[in-house]
Amino acid sequence: MAELFASTIWPVLLLVLRILGIVVPLLLAVAYLTYAERKIIAAMQLRQGPMVVGPYGLLQPLADGLKLFVKETVIPTGANKVVFILAPMITFILALVGWAVIPFGEGLVLADINVGVLYLFAVSSLGVYGIIMAGWASNSRYAFLGALRSSAQMVSYEIAIGFIIISVLISAGSLNLSEIVRAQQEQGWYVFWHFPMFVLFLVAILAETNRHPFDLPEDEASLVTGYNVEYSSMTFALFFLGEYANMILMSAITSVLFLGGWLPPLAIWPLTAIPGPLWLILKICLVLFVFVWARATLPRYRYDQLMRLGWKVLLPLSLAWVVLTAGVVVAFRTAPA
Amino acid sequence: MLALDKVARTVLWQELVKGFALTFRYMFKPKVTLNYPYEKGPLSPRFRGEHALRRYPNGEERCIACKLCEAICPAQAITIESEPRPDGSRRTTRYDIDMTKCIYCGFCEEACPVDAIVEGPNYEFATETRAELIYTKEKLLANGERWEREIAANLERDAPYR
Repeated sequence: MAELFASTIWPVLLLVLRILGIVVPLLLAVAYLTYAERKIIAAMQLRQGPMVVGPYGLLQPLADGLKLFVKETVIPTGANKVVFILAPMITFILALVGWAVIPFGEGLVLADINVGVLYLFAVSSLGVYGIIMAGWASNSRYAFLGALRSSAQMVSYEIAIGFIIISVLISAGSLNLSEIVRAQQEQGWYVFWHFPMFVLFLVAILAETNRHPFDLPEDEASLVTGYNVEYSSMTFALFFLGEYANMILMSAITSVLFLGGWLPPLAIWPLTAIPGPLWLILKICLVLFVFVWARATLPRYRYDQLMRLGWKVLLPLSLAWVVLTAGVVVAFRTAPA
Repeated sequence: MLALDKVARTVLWQELVKGFALTFRYMFKPKVTLNYPYEKGPLSPRFRGEHALRRYPNGEERCIACKLCEAICPAQAITIESEPRPDGSRRTTRYDIDMTKCIYCGFCEEACPVDAIVEGPNYEFATETRAELIYTKEKLLANGERWEREIAANLERDAPYR
């Protein structure tokens, strides 16, 4: 019994605890990201934002969550019940599993796999399934149109994201996210070397997470609310959590690929005293602020403009940058052995 | 040269950067909204809110049932019935205002020769049923008692302009 405990139960328990250690703070972060978003947008529009629930409205996310929990789950008669219920779960789970490979600090990573970037790419590509299943299973025109838009958009921008990531990979010489951060320790952050790609990456992740100004799948004016019109209560909450967890995940990927992950900006004393995970969180917050900032600033794209930007601007530019990076690496023999 | 200038502006995202800078600046500006149920905006002494029937300081009701308000009311929201009292004075037996008809024009308080019917500063009298918005004489007199201080102060402040 003791042997079984030591060999199987204890490691599993430890793993579960470590997963909870990531997921629970993440869900809290999602809750307060909605609050931060509302407050920041309110400030930019000279409003106050939520102020009633708790001091400065700080308990607002809890009240919203509670409201969604106690509401009735409505399943439309024409819906495919299994897929309808499955879709939000898939969205939510896929937003969580990506976190397995994010390095929070030196050695602080749940799964230190050598194909981390590929894994993240696969997970974010799968995200489109949740949305298209939701749109199809709802058996509603608006939901279906929203899902179609969303899948077309995510597929288009994923190609650009892929090429941008390839530039980073060529510089770092590894698919392991921890290795990419260590490479940045030697070479300097990639936001400096790949600045144009950093900007394009920000644009592409806005599109990838269906955020403003690319939130056509949730276009209130033309689609009511998009793929999640028919969803209510917990199923809706899962979509919502998934979407915001995805935003945080994308911000984390940006931080790791371009902003030096857990590294301090300068390796001098007062900055190195701050622990690595805190630096990562700060960088994630910075990128998230850009997400919200963009929402407060930019109007929504038209669908053809969105496609034009994805295929005719982002794709050629990122492809050209891959060629340039590869050329520089080969020409100056800086390629990692 | 002009074309180059245009291209440079596009490539460097000049308009985007400007827009983002603008929203960022706005984030630190003072807020223009009020935290409503806890903060309220200032009201003019002429503000025309919920109606009230006033009394004289000795407790006698001011209204003399002249029915000028009923006559001038453009929405015909006021209904008055009256009869003489034993002491010979004429008073209302019924003074109803249908608040769902009232358009808050303030003609009733302008028409009133004795400052009996007034529109007070209260605007928070939403109800759950329509029936609650058919105000009777009792309700209006109760309003008068409740808001007398504010109403009297407002009338005094507005007196020089009447």
